[in-house]
Amino acid sequence: MSYVNSRVRKKDAMSLVTGKPVYTGDQIPKNALVVKLLRSPHANAMIQDIQTAAARKIPGVAAIFTWQDVPQSRFTTAGQTYPEPSPYDRLILDRHLRCAGDPVAIIAAESEAAAEKAARLVTVRYQVLEPLLDFTKAKDNPILVHPEKNFRSLVPVGADSARNLCSTDHFEVGDVEEVLSRCPVVLERTYNTTANNQAMMETFRTFSYLDEYGRLNVVSSTQIPFHVRRILSNALEIPRSRIRVVKPRIGGGFGAKQSAVSEVFPAFVTLKTGRPAYIIFSRQESMTNGSPRHQMRLQVRIGADRQGFIQAIDLYALSNAGAYGDHGPTTIGLVAHKSLSLYGSLKAARFNCDVVYTNTMGGGAYRGYGATQGIFAVESAVNEVAAVLGMDPCRIREQNMVAQGQIMATYYNEPCSSCALDRCMAKAKEMMGWEEKYPARTLENGHIRSVGVAMAMQGSGISGVDIGSVEIRLEDGGFYTLLLGCTDMGTGCDTILSQMAADCLDCSMDAIAVRGVDTDQSPYDTGSYASSTTYVTGMAVVKTCQSLRQKILEAGAEMLGVPAQATEFDGRRVFCPSSGQEVTLSAIANASVEGGRSCISASESHSSPTSPPPFMVGMAEIDLDPETGKVDVVDYVAAVDCGTVINRNLATVQTEGGIAQGIGMTLHEDISYSPSGRMQNNSFLQYKIPTRLDIGKIRVAFESSYEPTGPFGAKSIGELVINTPAPAIANAIANATGIFFRDLPIRPEDVALGLGKK
Amino acid sequence: MKITVTINGQAYTEEVSPDLLLLDFLRAHGCYSVKRGCDTSNCGLCTVHLEGKPVLSCSVLAVRADKKHVITLEGLQTEAAEFGAFLADEGGEQCGFCSPGFIMNVLAMVRELEHPTEAEIQAYLAGNLCRCTGYQSQLRAVRKYLAWKQEGTP
Amino acid sequence: MFTAQQYVRPASIEEAYALNQKITSAILGGGCWLRLGKRRIGTLIDLSALGLDSIEETEREITVGAMVTLRQLETSGALGQSFGSGFARMTEHIVGVQFRNCATLGGSLAARFGFSDVLTWLLALDCQVELAGAGRISLAAYAQMPHDRDILLRLILQKNGRKAVYESFRNTQTDLPVLTCAVSTLDGDLRIVLGARPSRAAALDGLSLSIDADAAAKAAQAHFSFGTNMRASADYRRHLAGVLVRRAVTQLQEAEQ
Repeated sequence: MSYVNSRVRKKDAMSLVTGKPVYTGDQIPKNALVVKLLRSPHANAMIQDIQTAAARKIPGVAAIFTWQDVPQSRFTTAGQTYPEPSPYDRLILDRHLRCAGDPVAIIAAESEAAAEKAARLVTVRYQVLEPLLDFTKAKDNPILVHPEKNFRSLVPVGADSARNLCSTDHFEVGDVEEVLSRCPVVLERTYNTTANNQAMMETFRTFSYLDEYGRLNVVSSTQIPFHVRRILSNALEIPRSRIRVVKPRIGGGFGAKQSAVSEVFPAFVTLKTGRPAYIIFSRQESMTNGSPRHQMRLQVRIGADRQGFIQAIDLYALSNAGAYGDHGPTTIGLVAHKSLSLYGSLKAARFNCDVVYTNTMGGGAYRGYGATQGIFAVESAVNEVAAVLGMDPCRIREQNMVAQGQIMATYYNEPCSSCALDRCMAKAKEMMGWEEKYPARTLENGHIRSVGVAMAMQGSGISGVDIGSVEIRLEDGGFYTLLLGCTDMGTGCDTILSQMAADCLDCSMDAIAVRGVDTDQSPYDTGSYASSTTYVTGMAVVKTCQSLRQKILEAGAEMLGVPAQATEFDGRRVFCPSSGQEVTLSAIANASVEGGRSCISASESHSSPTSPPPFMVGMAEIDLDPETGKVDVVDYVAAVDCGTVINRNLATVQTEGGIAQGIGMTLHEDISYSPSGRMQNNSFLQYKIPTRLDIGKIRVAFESSYEPTGPFGAKSIGELVINTPAPAIANAIANATGIFFRDLPIRPEDVALGLGKK
Repeated sequence: MKITVTINGQAYTEEVSPDLLLLDFLRAHGCYSVKRGCDTSNCGLCTVHLEGKPVLSCSVLAVRADKKHVITLEGLQTEAAEFGAFLADEGGEQCGFCSPGFIMNVLAMVRELEHPTEAEIQAYLAGNLCRCTGYQSQLRAVRKYLAWKQEGTP
Repeated sequence: MFTAQQYVRPASIEEAYALNQKITSAILGGGCWLRLGKRRIGTLIDLSALGLDSIEETEREITVGAMVTLRQLETSGALGQSFGSGFARMTEHIVGVQFRNCATLGGSLAARFGFSDVLTWLLALDCQVELAGAGRISLAAYAQMPHDRDILLRLILQKNGRKAVYESFRNTQTDLPVLTCAVSTLDGDLRIVLGARPSRAAALDGLSLSIDADAAAKAAQAHFSFGTNMRASADYRRHLAGVLVRRAVTQLQEAEQ
C-alpha cells in the first residue's frame, strides 16, 4: 500500500489523546531548582544598583544572579543557520533594560514559593529612561535602544545601532518609476499590522541537568535543537561539545520556539550550581517577552492599465524589531518576495525596507514570517485597484497571477516549477459559489453577507541554507529505525517522514520506529521552520532510503552469491529474478549484526538550491452587522497547492488551523502598550485568540501541482495557510460596506463608526 | 490544612497550603494530563471533573476538593482512547497539549446532554481553546463519536 | 495569584461574619476572579458549609444562595420559568461551562465589576440581597455601595410578573462585554439597565413601554455616561447603547403584543 497522500493517524496520536506525560513540563527531575526571573517594570532603564542579600536569606533560595554574574559575550536567540543574520544584541542579563519584562535577576530556589518570596526581596534602583515606543519615529531617534559598544552584526544586513537600525534592504526589478508614470491607474495606500502572539498552548519551558559525563543536558520545547546547542554555547561561553539538547513532544510552536526564549536561564543555573533546574514561562511572560510577529507599516504604490493588468508595485515596509533583533533582518525580505511574486504580470517592482529597534518587546518568527504582512498589503491593494476599475477581484487575479514556467524576477529569479494557482482560483470560486455571492447581499435581519478573496504563497525551506539529514538503520529482525533531526511540534513530521520512508522502503509504517530529536543522536537538521520539514528533510528521507535500498541489495546479493545488479528488493526480500533465489529482509538484517559482516544503515543530507512556493486561494464569506459593526466569518474556503499532499488529514488540519489564526489576527488579536511601555494584552483575558464560537466553517480542498524537486512532488504547507484571511476578510468587509480597512485588527468599533462617518 | 481528596478512585490525605490550586495538587500526584495554559481561567486545558462536573482545576483550591471526588484523564483511559481514536483519525489533536482538557469536557458533555445539536456542542466546548486546529477537526471527531455512541458503529 | 495563610470553612453565618471583619480576610466564592489579583490574604473564608448553594422557590419569591454557580443560574428550570431565557442569555458568554461551574452568584455580585453581566441582568428584575450584617436591602442599593466587610448570603427575586430581555455585545463571543443591556417592563413601565460602560451597571426608570424604541435608545444614550477602555471607546459604547436598547425594547414590545 502507499502511505503518501493518505490519511494516516499520527504515530504519537494515542499517547497525546490519552494524556500521557510526554511534554517538557511532565518530565522535570524531582529535585530540580525552580528558576524565576525578576523582570523589569520599565521599558527603558539602567540598573543603578541591585541588592540581593536579603533575598538570598530566604530558606530554599539556592542562588540569585544579576548582570554582574553573567558572561559578557553578546548573542542572538534567533534560531538561524550560522552566521545568523540577526544581530548579536543580547546578554543573559543586561544592565540596560530595553523593554518591559526584560530580565533583571535570575532566582533559583527549591520551591516556587521561595523563589517568588525572594523576587520580592531583591531591591533594584533603576535609572528610568524615556522609552522609544513609536516605531515610526525610531530611525535616527536620539533615544538609542542599543548604545552598547559590543553590538555585533555578523552578516551585512545594514544594521546600524547608532541609528536604531536592525537592518535595511532594497531591490528593484525593472524601472518602477518609469512604468508607474505610464499607468492610468496608480493607487498609493498605507497598511498597518500589529504584533501578534503565537499563543501556542504550551508556554516556553526548559529543564537542564548535568549528566554522568559532566555535560549540560537541556530538555526543551523547541523547534531548533541544533541551533539551541550553538546559542547556549555562545551565551554561556562553553564549547558546543559540552551541550546536549533533547526535544520531547511540543505543545505548539508556530515559530515562537524558533527562538531560544527560555533555554539560557535554567542552563545557566545548572552550570553555576551543578543542580538540575527548570523554567516554565507563565502565560504573561510568554505574552510580554516571547517572540511575536513583527509589527509593520507597509506603503504600497500600485499601477495598472485600464484593463486591469497590473504593471508595477512599489513597496516600502517598516518593521518594528522591538528591543531585540531576532528574525528582524530576515522576516522583512519575505514581505516583498512572497507578495510581489504572486503577480507574473509585473513589468517592474521595487522594495525598500527598514527594520528598527524600539523599547517594545522583541520580535521573532511567527508562521508566515513577514509574508503575512506583505500579502495583506499587496493583496489588499490589488483589491482596491479592482474596486477602482469596477472589476471582480477574482478576475483581476486570473489575468495577472503567476503561472508555472515563468521566471519569478522578484523571487531570486527562481523558476516557477510547479503552480496550480489558476486551478486553486477556479476551485475556490466553485466551493464558495462566488459568482452567486459576489459582492454582497442584505439579509432580512439587516446583516450583510459578502465575500472576499486573496491569494498567497510562501516558500519551502530556505534555499541554499536549510539542511536536513536523516539516518535509517536496518535493525536485527528486519525493522527500521528512522532518526530525525527535524522537530515535530504537533505538526506530525515524525509521521509524515515515516510515511515517506515506508513507501520508499516498501514496508509497513509499523516496521519504522521513529525517533525525534536528541542532538547527541539525531543527524543534523536546521530545525522545523521556514516551511522546510516536508520539503527539505523529506527529500533527505528519499535519498537515505535510496542509499539504504542499495546497501540492502548488496548485502542480500552477497548472501545469495550473485552480483547486486542481478537482484531486486521488494521490501520483504532480496531476490534474483533469473535464478529464483531469495533471501528475506529479516535474514539480511540478522546476518548484518552477526560477526564478520557490517551493520546496515544509511544517512543522507539534503539542501535545496530553490524554495518552490506553495500557493493558495482563500475566500471569506462574512456576516456583517452594520449596526454593531460585528463581523463573523461564516464560511472560509481554501484551495491549496502544496504539491503532492503527503498526509491529507494533517494537511487539512494545518490549513484549517492557519486560517483560524489568520481570522484571529484580522479581527481580534491586538497588542497595545501603556504610555510607559507596558503591554496591555498580556493574558488570554486581554489577548483574544478565537474560540470555536468565533470561527465559522472552514472548508479545504487541494489542487496539487507536482514539484519536481520535492519528495513525491511535495512542497510545504505550514506557513502558507495563515496568509489569506487578512486580505480576504478585509475585501469582504469592503464589499459589504464600501470601506477598505487598512489597519489590523479590524474591530467592530472600526466598522460601526466607519459606517457612521460614511 | 489537612485534606482528603479522592483522585481517580484513590484517596489521598495530606497537609496542603490554603492557596494551593487543585491543578498543582493533581500534577503533584502524577496527573500530568492536567495542563496549565493560562493564569486567567480562560483556556480550559486544566479541565477535570469535580463531583462529576467539569471545572477548571486552576480556579479551584485544593482545599475545596476536600472530601470530594476528582477525575482526571488518567482515570478515564478507556473513554479517552475511545473518543481519542476519533480525534486522532481527524488529526484533531495536533500538538495534543489542549487535548486532555478538551476530552474531559467532551466526556462531561456526553454525560450531560443527550443529543446535542451542533450549536450546543460548540457552546458546551467554547471554554476549551485550541491554537492548532481551527476547531473543525474537533467538531468532526465529536460528531462521529456521538454517532458511534448512538449507533454502536463507527 | 493571591496567597493565603489560613483557610476556614465556618459552620455558621455568625462565625463567617466575625472572621470577615478582619481586613486581611477574604470570602472565597468560586475563586475565578480572586485568583486574578495578587492579594496577600490572611484568612480565606469558605462559605460552602452554610447551605448557600441552592435555588429555592416559593409562590412569591425565588431565593438563590450566594454559592449557587453561574451554571446553575443558566440551567435552572425555576429561573427559566419565571424570567424567561434571560438567565441563560446573560451567562452563556461567560468564558465556558467549566468556568461557570466554578464561578458563583455571590462572587459575581459582591465584586460589583463594571463588566458584570449578572449585575446588569439582575438590576432589571426586582430583587433584594440578604447580607449577613445589614440584612435585606435592594440590589440597586447594594450595587451602589462601596465594598465593605459584610457578606452577601442570598439573592431574593420577586416573582411579580416583570418581563425582561438581555442583550450584550462582545468583541469575541466569550470575551468580557463591551456593553451589557437589560430591559424590563412591569405594569407598562420600562426599565433600562446598562453595564460595562465600562463602569458599573445602573438603571434608568420612568420610561413607558409604549415609547418608540428609537426614543428609548436616545433617552438611554443621553442618560448614561460612557467611557473608554481597551475594549472600546466611549463613542462606540454610546453608539452601541442605542443599538442594544432599541433591540431590547423592540423585543419586549413584540413579546407584550
